[in-house]
Amino acid sequence: MAREASKGHKAAVTVLAWGVALLIFFPILWTFLTSFKTEGEAINSHPSFLFFDWTLENYETVNQRSDYLAHFWNSVVISVGSTVLGLIIAVPAAWSMAFVPGKRTKDILMWMLSTKMLPAVGVLVPIYLLARDAGLLDTKTGLVIVLTMVNLPIIVWMLYTYFKEIPGEILEAARMDGATLSSEILYVLTPMAVPGIASTLLLNVILAWNESFWTLNLTAASAAPLTAFIASYSSPEGLFYAKLSAASTMAIAPIMILGWFSQKQLVRGLTFGAVK
Amino acid sequence: MTVTFRTLAGASLLVALMGSASAQTTITVATVNNGDMIRMQRLTPAFNALHPDIKVNWVTLEENVLRQRVTTDIASKGGQYDVLTIGNYEVPIWAKQGWLMPLENLGADYDQADLLPQVAQGLTVDGKLHAVPFYAESSMLMYRTDLLAKAGLKMPENPDWDFIADAAAKMTDKSAGIYGICLRGKAGWGENMAFLTSMNNSMGGAWFNMEWKPEFNGAEWKKTLDTYLKLMKEYGPPGSSSNGFNENLALFQTGKCGMWIDATVAASFISDPKESQVADKVGFAPSPVRKGGSNHGNWLWSWNLAIPATTSKAEAAKTFVAWATSPAYTKLVAEKEGIANVPPGTRTSLYKNPDYLKVAPFAEMTLKEIESANTQKPSDQPVPYTGGQFVAIPEFQAIGTAVGQQFSAALAGTSTADQALAAAQALTTREMTRAGYPKK
Repeated sequence: MAREASKGHKAAVTVLAWGVALLIFFPILWTFLTSFKTEGEAINSHPSFLFFDWTLENYETVNQRSDYLAHFWNSVVISVGSTVLGLIIAVPAAWSMAFVPGKRTKDILMWMLSTKMLPAVGVLVPIYLLARDAGLLDTKTGLVIVLTMVNLPIIVWMLYTYFKEIPGEILEAARMDGATLSSEILYVLTPMAVPGIASTLLLNVILAWNESFWTLNLTAASAAPLTAFIASYSSPEGLFYAKLSAASTMAIAPIMILGWFSQKQLVRGLTFGAVK
Repeated sequence: MTVTFRTLAGASLLVALMGSASAQTTITVATVNNGDMIRMQRLTPAFNALHPDIKVNWVTLEENVLRQRVTTDIASKGGQYDVLTIGNYEVPIWAKQGWLMPLENLGADYDQADLLPQVAQGLTVDGKLHAVPFYAESSMLMYRTDLLAKAGLKMPENPDWDFIADAAAKMTDKSAGIYGICLRGKAGWGENMAFLTSMNNSMGGAWFNMEWKPEFNGAEWKKTLDTYLKLMKEYGPPGSSSNGFNENLALFQTGKCGMWIDATVAASFISDPKESQVADKVGFAPSPVRKGGSNHGNWLWSWNLAIPATTSKAEAAKTFVAWATSPAYTKLVAEKEGIANVPPGTRTSLYKNPDYLKVAPFAEMTLKEIESANTQKPSDQPVPYTGGQFVAIPEFQAIGTAVGQQFSAALAGTSTADQALAAAQALTTREMTRAGYPKK
């Protein structure tokens, strides 16, 4: 009896999980389907799900009108660059907070997180002026720096929670064996934290890839990533839904594929430390 | 030594001269995503053929993103753009700030006198053009001729709101999925407030009196909002509080709307048989007036090309702006893409061209509406501002959108008309006081 009940319970949970997953995935699926419709079909008030005349004309138009590869390359450089730079800064920071916490470590962590609570637009003008004076407007370097700053609190927090999981005694043992600080970090801490660092890296690449406020506001023609590519196909007056969907599909495809292949690390990264 | 030095100096001068002769100026053009602008982008090679020394970089963005983007850049003198696409709302405000270069001497064959005077007037500050129009539109009533005939009605030359209500009631057949009237409901200064401000102008109302006090507590706004809510709730499509231009366009094209009052540019979409199921059954009439009134309140909107004062490439930018808005460009579009695709609403000559009138059945009404739009005196009352569907002050974007949210909530049924008007009055008074109005 008990087993049957648990079977039923399991089935219910499975159905629920599938339901939630489909619900979350549906907008992406719909975007994907719309990208193969004609503009007229895309706005039809009685939309058809699969039975319409599939067309590739939106992809053709989008490719004719914009340079997808240039935007794609900008996205890659900006997201990977800002994540790597962030990790270089965050690994030592998280190490010191996790293993040699001071009196104010908790406060510093909270303060770092609090910078995420400020709406980005609140600092738009100062950052814009700084970027202008430094000649960093519409450059990939400028965006790498800004996105590093934006995502740094998350990187530090994630690494901090990973490092906290690693018993300090192991590091102590290494020190007893005469390991220097750098070899302790390089040969003892890093190998144990690789899964954590990997998922931090992945998550931050995704966050930076999808970041649209700064990437839209600090770029014009030469450093514009895929977010600007999408924004160029939206319009409140005129029919661009199918083309917009095609552009969106092209913009999210690389990151979807990356996410698919690394989902194990991602899930681990997001839930790590949640259950002890 | 001297000879060598001279030779070297001469050679380097020559190299420098050659360098400057073949140097290409790159200009960055920021523009909005709409059909006419995309066409201009596509025709850039024709510009390059005439001016091989100017390279054009395009930044195309959705209009609200673009507005935020170029405003940030121009206000902080970022200098990222050499040509801006801005609306007739921004032009006078920005020109007064000294952000835009006056545009003079646009070339011998530019024919500035050919620009539609109503459109050019909105772009003129201190007697000088500060932007040139690329495309312009007004608003009008579009209706289904078959449904109107079925209802036993005939469209008057100047329909009033009573007629609209009557026609909407008779055309509505909810069981067949036909709604008498479709109007904008989505909140935003350029969304529902563009329509409602125009409608209120036609009702004899205004946003502000001469002391810059808001008028939402007056009889005209009450009448406007009551009429609008009654039309939409009884004869409008479901969920109309989230409908904007595109949603209503989709509804009209699929035969769900009897009437639709919106931008004249919609006319070309709904009468295109490739996109519209009702292409052969559409008629056009002026925006409605109040009973006995003569103010249609129809709006005037233009997308214009302007040159920011911060650009270091003013000459190249001016060459481009002049090309894109010249009669020669009109001719180019007509040759390459067909005359129906020429950007409308900017030149008198287009509306005298029999070829255009033949392919654009809505041309006559579009011109009539643009010509009758009065941006200098939008209301029947004396008002301290210019505009039409907007009030040409910098604060309007924020206030207009906040008021639009109140009215959209009233349409969705979460508040009543009176509550929405009271809230609009309170928030507008607060924001205007904060902004320091009345300004001396």
